[in-house]
Amino acid sequence: MSHDHDHDNELDPFAARVRALETILTRKGLIDPAAIDVIVDTYETKIGPRNGARVVAKAWSDPAYADWLKRDATSAIESLSYTGRQGEHMQAVFNTEDTHNLVVCTLCSCYPWSVLGLPPVWYKAPPYRSRAVIDPRGVLEEFGLTLPAEKKIRVWDSTAELRYLVVPMRPSGTDGWSEERLAELVSRDAMIGTALARQPQQAGEPA
Amino acid sequence: MSRLEANRPAVDLPDSLDAPVFAEPWQAEAFAMTVALHDRGLFSWAEWAQALSAQVKKPGAAADGHDYYEHWLAALESLLASKGLAEKSDVDAMAHAWERAAHATPHGKPILLENDPEFSSAR
Repeated sequence: MSHDHDHDNELDPFAARVRALETILTRKGLIDPAAIDVIVDTYETKIGPRNGARVVAKAWSDPAYADWLKRDATSAIESLSYTGRQGEHMQAVFNTEDTHNLVVCTLCSCYPWSVLGLPPVWYKAPPYRSRAVIDPRGVLEEFGLTLPAEKKIRVWDSTAELRYLVVPMRPSGTDGWSEERLAELVSRDAMIGTALARQPQQAGEPA
Repeated sequence: MSRLEANRPAVDLPDSLDAPVFAEPWQAEAFAMTVALHDRGLFSWAEWAQALSAQVKKPGAAADGHDYYEHWLAALESLLASKGLAEKSDVDAMAHAWERAAHATPHGKPILLENDPEFSSAR
């Protein structure tokens, strides 16, 4: 980028194209700039993995809710006011002693926004998208998660219509914990499947 | 092993709940415009996923994913062009007008399209 006009503003080409689209679409009455700001603010500050952590903590605490989440995750999640904007359906996949679940979107980067916010960079990057299906065990090891050889790994490939939320196993030593405390054990990565829930003794560590 | 390993810093990101999701404001705006246009029913999310997929599977996508929103923007432009909602030539012309406006705006002042020396309100 040219810096020969030190006192002038520069727009990089991407920023200029985004502004151009905004101008054209606003003039056509197709978007409202104020509404755009609201959407940005919502995704930057209001929607994030804490939503999903609350869903998981509730499922750990309330067997009836867990059952509902298994049968109809879309409704069970909506009951907590976390509603998908794209009309997508949700499926909750529960980790068990036998099976670990891992979510990917090989096509692009479909992701359960309503419960996890927007995806991390690595989720959108080509290596994860291409390798999670072919070599999930190797990918998990690179995330520092080594699973016993006998544990099956099931990989779920998201689509525009169907997104997955991994429900990690509840750590032992958490009997009687409130949902709020339990939610602190549930990281974003645990709900994608590249991590497990934190152990109680890790709960005080920075997230 | 490979590409993921070469990409170590990306997978070693701390598992933070508060990491910024957009590196630059235009990325957030491109994202939000897409959501807003979908909300208005101008395209289905399946159409959007198809458009985005066509961009991200092109050869040359960065292994660390830093160019993801560049693909996003290209997908949005191509979808809007195919729907006749924003022709590429119009976007090109308007983008150049914004670049000229930025250049003509003193540092620290908000960039307005009217600052484009070639601005005409008829545009």
